[in-house]
Amino acid sequence: MSLLHTVNKSPFERNSLESCLRLAEDGHAVLLIEDAAVAALNGTAHTETIKNATGRLSMYVLGPDLDARGLSRDRVIDGIEIVDYDRFVTLTCEHDSVQSWL
Amino acid sequence: MKFGILVNEGPYQHQASDSAYQFAQAALTAGHEIYRVFFYHDGVNNGTRLTVPPQDDRNVVDRWSELAEKHDLDLVLCVAAAQRRGLLDADEAQRHGKDADNIAPGFRISGLGQLIEAAIQSDRLVTFGD
Repeated sequence: MSLLHTVNKSPFERNSLESCLRLAEDGHAVLLIEDAAVAALNGTAHTETIKNATGRLSMYVLGPDLDARGLSRDRVIDGIEIVDYDRFVTLTCEHDSVQSWL
Repeated sequence: MKFGILVNEGPYQHQASDSAYQFAQAALTAGHEIYRVFFYHDGVNNGTRLTVPPQDDRNVVDRWSELAEKHDLDLVLCVAAAQRRGLLDADEAQRHGKDADNIAPGFRISGLGQLIEAAIQSDRLVTFGD
């Protein structure tokens, strides 16, 4: 079963992304939304962890949430796809279920 | 595809309601159906018609009402969460001896069973909260 995980917390604030990455199975997808958008950036203390995850998980970040926070799209880690709300909807359709890590 | 949407946070406090709205709009534009939007916990505050946000800010409550009217959406506030927070429709106001009701157009108040039913009837349940 293929799951889409959504994470909405900065990894600098809460550990929900860490829990998600630990429990998500190979081939699952993770979409970073709201404050979790910051986790998609290069040059942070969490970059290595996220980079490693892109090898076994499909990683996405919601572009409008990057923009709303003034986070440059140029700084997004290679291997993380920047998506809009239309693609967010498509991702939910492509996976069997959605797990929101609140 | 049929979507159920759960909103657990109130307007202007957390991004959850905004994210849920953007998602709902994108889903409807893509031709999907939204079976129900269920507002739980502080999320019930999205359903008060007495909010008056500054004119240059988005009106979160009106936005939901307008989307409901346009697409015939079922917007449901959890009754227990609503009563605790002073969200009443005319029937509830009368039953509890209150002098006013404040539910916004397009919203209705019902029980938690409506969330369970939405989860069963929808192909996907997407949760927005804190």
